[in-house]
Amino acid sequence: MSVVIIGGGQAGLQVADSLRSGGYQDGITVIADEPGLPYQRPPLSKDYLAPEGSPAPLPLRAASFFADKEITLRSGVRAAAVDRAARTVILAGGEQVGYRHLVFATGTANRALTCPGADLPGVHLLRTLPDAEALHSALAAARRVVVVGAGFIGLEVAAAARARGCEVTVLEFAPGPMGRALSPAMGAWFAGAHARAGIRLRFNEGIAAFEPSMDGRVGWAVSTTGARYRADLVVAGIGVVPNDALAAAAGLETGNGIVVDAALRTSDPSVLAVGDCASFPSAHAGARIRVESVQNATDQGRHAARTILGSAEPYRDLPWFWSNQGSLRLQIAGLSAPGDQTVLSGDPESGKFSVLCFRNGRLAAVESVNSPGEHLGARKLLAAGISPEPEEAAAPGFSLKALARQDVAASSSV
Amino acid sequence: MNTVTFIQPSGAPATVSVEPGTSLMRAAVTNGVDGIVGECGGQAMCATCHVYVRPEFAAALPEPSDDEEEMLDCTTAERTELSRLGCQIKACAELDGIVVDVPAEQV
Repeated sequence: MSVVIIGGGQAGLQVADSLRSGGYQDGITVIADEPGLPYQRPPLSKDYLAPEGSPAPLPLRAASFFADKEITLRSGVRAAAVDRAARTVILAGGEQVGYRHLVFATGTANRALTCPGADLPGVHLLRTLPDAEALHSALAAARRVVVVGAGFIGLEVAAAARARGCEVTVLEFAPGPMGRALSPAMGAWFAGAHARAGIRLRFNEGIAAFEPSMDGRVGWAVSTTGARYRADLVVAGIGVVPNDALAAAAGLETGNGIVVDAALRTSDPSVLAVGDCASFPSAHAGARIRVESVQNATDQGRHAARTILGSAEPYRDLPWFWSNQGSLRLQIAGLSAPGDQTVLSGDPESGKFSVLCFRNGRLAAVESVNSPGEHLGARKLLAAGISPEPEEAAAPGFSLKALARQDVAASSSV
Repeated sequence: MNTVTFIQPSGAPATVSVEPGTSLMRAAVTNGVDGIVGECGGQAMCATCHVYVRPEFAAALPEPSDDEEEMLDCTTAERTELSRLGCQIKACAELDGIVVDVPAEQV
């Protein structure tokens, strides 16, 4: 008996890696539905789309890693069902794989466009390496690009297309960009920065339909206001849905993801879930949430390995995120929420500044642009539970980096 | 092709051969060198590809960018004057045969 991990992304492979480095002696099998060696997704919407974009994907682990650590990688194989009574995973071909512990690291799937014309050639989604390869070559010939959705992926793609000289229009049904992740203040600054770079942003405007051009490929995007935009390439980044159907079919509790406890166990204690697919009680949000990020995938992967090895500690790592949009490097520490008091630190005109989000007078999240030192300072302070006063943070010359150096050092020396 | 040698904290060396322009992080990750993580995919966002570049190669290194400079303040193992992020250093003729030490901890 052994550990079986369904999913070969950051979270799944981290569970396998951390189990071995934590001393786990029995078999470890990773079932990954994509073929080949599991790879890093974040570069696919960033460096990979640049004109000189690297054609070789970056593997999450080398082929030799799996042999050296005695981890069985079954790639290009889909898990079809889980029989919890028999502690068995049934693969698409009918093969059965027994487990002592099972980990769902099944990630998310792109929310699909459902409007008329969504299946026209030239309309792209972005998730997998083949998706990125197709988009990379389509961008080389594209002149007019319409991006549906002003989230991280949409704006990363928009910035990459603009850098290649394309005319770029972004349609977003919400009133601002990245509304789910960013404070209105930072969202407004990003909207301005992208507009100055020549990207046409249309808020409060969703997609209604695509219409073909003479050659049968996509030619027009029609928005919910009736406006028509010429397009020879469309990319949609309209969010994701958790891959929790397999878990639900196995009788596990689901609801916007696979429901787990603070130690990342599902309603069946021999079954865990990690990463994008897991709905967990967050100490930072004060609520049950699902987080889509590299940090959450890797830190939960490490945590699930510790749970399997016998720990009952709650997962409480600080969430952090990043997005590279052209020359804009956005970094977020913590989780902001609607209604947070926001304080500006630094000068937005300089293109380097942070928005500090306070809740009940305490620092809850920090959004930074082109200021990695401030971001790292914020991570240290938030992880240590140290908060400046809002008035202190608003003063000229305030620095999270300096505060972190002073206060975290002081608190750890006590 | 250029070679890069990674020395583990145990003293064990691993020499890999890569195309010019390949970052040291990618060289390590694609060849299964222990101790180089590259969690963010080479975006200078995570500081998990920290290396100590042997001093004899210091003169041929590009200056760290402001971003790298700031990220180096966040490494898990102690930062020294030899510290760099592997994702920001690319193999090239001037750095052929570069030797770097891998820190004991990255996360």
